[in-house]
Amino acid sequence: MVWLLILVPLLAAVVAFAVSSPALRAWILPAVGLLHLGILLVALAGWRTLPATAWFGLDALGGWVLLVISVLFCICAFYAPAYLALRPERDHRVLSTCLLGFLGLASLLAQARHPGIAWVAMETTTLVSAPLIYFNHNRRSLEATWKYLVIGSVGIALALLGTLFIAYAAHMGGLEEPLRYTRLMENGALLSRPWLRAGFVLTLVGYGTKMGLAPLHTWKPDAYGETPGLVGALLAGGVTSCAFLALLRIYAVVAAAGEGAFARELLVAFGMLSMAWALVFMVRQTDIKRLLAYSSVEHMGILVFGIGIGGLAAKFALFHLAANALVKSVLFLSAGNIHRSYASKQLPFVTGALRRTPVSGWLFLLGFLAITGMPPFAPFLSEFNIASGALSTGHLLGGSAFLILLGGIFLAMSETVVQVVFGTPSAQRVRTPYKDAPATTAPLIVALGLALVLGIWMPRPLQAMLDHASTTVDGVLTARMEVQR
Amino acid sequence: MLPDLLIALTMLSNFSLVATSRVSKAIQFAVLQGVLLGLMPLAMGLGRHFHIVLLAIAAVTVKGWFIPFLFRRALRQVHIQREVDPYIGYTVSLMLCALGTGLSLVLAHNLPLKAGTEYTLLVPASLATLFTGFLLLVSRRKALTQVVGYLVLENGIYLFGLLLVEDMPALVEAGILLDLFVGIFVMGIVINHIRVAFDSTDTRHLAELKD
Repeated sequence: MVWLLILVPLLAAVVAFAVSSPALRAWILPAVGLLHLGILLVALAGWRTLPATAWFGLDALGGWVLLVISVLFCICAFYAPAYLALRPERDHRVLSTCLLGFLGLASLLAQARHPGIAWVAMETTTLVSAPLIYFNHNRRSLEATWKYLVIGSVGIALALLGTLFIAYAAHMGGLEEPLRYTRLMENGALLSRPWLRAGFVLTLVGYGTKMGLAPLHTWKPDAYGETPGLVGALLAGGVTSCAFLALLRIYAVVAAAGEGAFARELLVAFGMLSMAWALVFMVRQTDIKRLLAYSSVEHMGILVFGIGIGGLAAKFALFHLAANALVKSVLFLSAGNIHRSYASKQLPFVTGALRRTPVSGWLFLLGFLAITGMPPFAPFLSEFNIASGALSTGHLLGGSAFLILLGGIFLAMSETVVQVVFGTPSAQRVRTPYKDAPATTAPLIVALGLALVLGIWMPRPLQAMLDHASTTVDGVLTARMEVQR
Repeated sequence: MLPDLLIALTMLSNFSLVATSRVSKAIQFAVLQGVLLGLMPLAMGLGRHFHIVLLAIAAVTVKGWFIPFLFRRALRQVHIQREVDPYIGYTVSLMLCALGTGLSLVLAHNLPLKAGTEYTLLVPASLATLFTGFLLLVSRRKALTQVVGYLVLENGIYLFGLLLVEDMPALVEAGILLDLFVGIFVMGIVINHIRVAFDSTDTRHLAELKD
């Protein structure tokens, strides 16, 4: 099972590269997405104790993150064939290959039990996502790709140095390879404090760059702005989740070593900064995809803020990972549809989407309401609980700042969204053949539906998984929920 | 003795890197630094481990031959000679580099080393080189010089890796080689695209996207 999750997408990537028919190739994506999700569900259903010496395996935390990525991939994959058919001028051989490659590498990352392997997986996901950003093959997408590569590579290099620092912290304490997470966590007391702290700072900066935390997010608006909505959705919910997971694993080691308080302060600070920074750039943002990119910066901030608060907030930060991924896919894909229909993604050209593309317009509007924390969607549940977690644990200042920032972001986003969705379509509009069709809207409706369901009702197995995942994040080893084969 | 000399030379080459305006000189210094560092494990007396010898050979080959080869090819095609008008001038860069080196010494002073470690200069040199690479990355306009910056940053990580390579060879070697080879390789491909699209590798052309 462990290996199937990794090998099936990677093999499919090779097949996708070899297949010459574009239509057939596009359908490999949803087929593999469903297969991956199926295998993952079977793997998650059969819990078994994972031996401490295992190099690979799904624990509750890795399983949860991979489940989010797999569902997100399915949504994007079912959207892909219809979207790619709208872009016959662009060859999608590389795109399909890289998308599938990403799924395989994300599975590798989720199951890695060693910081070195996790780092390798993270590095390779950077590489496979670079060609995705370059999909449009124009100057603007080239610029975005270059920024993504340079900034992302520096981030990943710092994460490597941080990983080496933590290895040195273990080395000082007399621990030797293999330094799996379990081993590092069990022997937390032995790790050398200065190196551990320095290592955490570096990994936070490094993986934080990949997540897009301010002020290291500068690649994000460009990358998300210039790629198809399909890729934007997968980057905003998938690649960032991978980096978040890699960071959480290191955080768990730091917390197990008793340095949690130090790490949490940093996380809260980075979270606040990201939300505030995103708010500033959302005000009067005229580009809808860049708006969504800043929204992604904001939500990465919410994730680390929640982890930094700990307890209830940390659990709901993990839940927010799913909420954010689902709603972001609705937003990015509907923004992609609107972009197709108007041949622009900028105000004042894009107005009156409710008239011109009613379904996508409604989805964009509902997605906006959901992501800014309107009940009964899932982000409301997580944002509410993170705020109440912060306030109830004495973080009065942090908790109130969190709420104020959420309010400000709602106002800033609504200004742009209202203009895009309502209003009359401008007179000098460009005629495009795009019309909302079931193939380009049904996956979005499913995603929004899932976000609605999760906001109201949480299936019990998922609840249990989330509970165990959040204890793992806090540095407590729980062998019971681990699963293998 | 020899390792300390190599480390000192590495730190000197940091200064040369930030002070030079000729792109080809910057590349030469980065290559020199890479080769010096490639020889480090042998100078440190780690030559008895076969895998470390392999790492040294790989590092010297990639940094001394493969990367200069890629750079020379790119340079020939774009006809650039000088880094004109960098974001941060050469004098200021030099002062920042000195400041960074000083800070690295202070920072390294606060990080204890395992008892019996001979090479106390490794950590400050690693941090200083890392800082230099970062400085080059943010202060230069040409895509090629930015890649040189990345290479220098990578050299800094390699220096730190030398502290651990004897005890945790797999982690260090896989990390460093993958980071180096893949990073440079992919950036090389993108530079090629930039050259085709803009007929130059000046990243100033890449300034359309902003808020």
